[in-house]
Amino acid sequence: MTAVNPDHGLILAAVLFALGLIGVMARRNIIFILLSIEVMLNAAGLAFVAAGAKWGRADGQVMFIFILTMAAAEVSVGLALLLQMYHKLKTLDADAASSMRG
Amino acid sequence: MNVVFYMSSFVAVIATIMVITRANAVHALLYFIVSLLSVALIFFVLGAPFIAALEVIIYAGAIMVLFVFVIMLLNIGSEAAEEEKRLMSPQAWTGPVILVAVLLGELIYVLASGDIPGAGTVVVGPKQVGITLLGQYVIGIELASMLLLSGLVGAYHLGRRRRSGERRKGVS
Repeated sequence: MTAVNPDHGLILAAVLFALGLIGVMARRNIIFILLSIEVMLNAAGLAFVAAGAKWGRADGQVMFIFILTMAAAEVSVGLALLLQMYHKLKTLDADAASSMRG
Repeated sequence: MNVVFYMSSFVAVIATIMVITRANAVHALLYFIVSLLSVALIFFVLGAPFIAALEVIIYAGAIMVLFVFVIMLLNIGSEAAEEEKRLMSPQAWTGPVILVAVLLGELIYVLASGDIPGAGTVVVGPKQVGITLLGQYVIGIELASMLLLSGLVGAYHLGRRRRSGERRKGVS
């Protein structure tokens, strides 16, 4: 059995990132937008790990740990915002919150 | 190992397509967990076992649980019961089960084949990652701790119910 070519990991990361981007742009439900953002972050982490595996260095994995930290912080704040929006507007449609008060 | 890599890539792409096309949020979450598990297998065959474990524990374990909690908080009244009935229907769980069965087959194949994760792959283990993380990137850890603290405070502040006398629904 031969080793995996890390370039193919980069291609997979690009495909997953594109799918996440399609999800962010196409869906209007805020839960799905947050999920698609998670898909994109995960794809970015996959790209880092694949690039790190190409040179056999640990830096890519360290960057993945930072991305993981950022994703955890982002999702907690994002879900809190989602709850607040649902309590105020009684809907999860992102277009319902399109106007500012000022 | 190439066959394992390509099959997990296939599973990951299929599961992610299902995530962005589902109408039901819980179904999308099931597919997203499958996608995360397959990406963890890809990390493993790329020579990053520590990151594969973190992907399963933190992403599929902790972050997805946050999503499940919020979806449960948003499900109100009789909708929740109908939701539960629909969730138990076979078409809800057969898709993820098939994809997970593919992943399980790959895992058994990897464990049975013996050479983990394949000849010629440079395995960067937890020790090297730890040395790099706590040596070269120690400033990043400080920044990450500040980010997590601000995330905690922000989630607490945003998740607070504004009107007094009502039950507080925080995410954190």
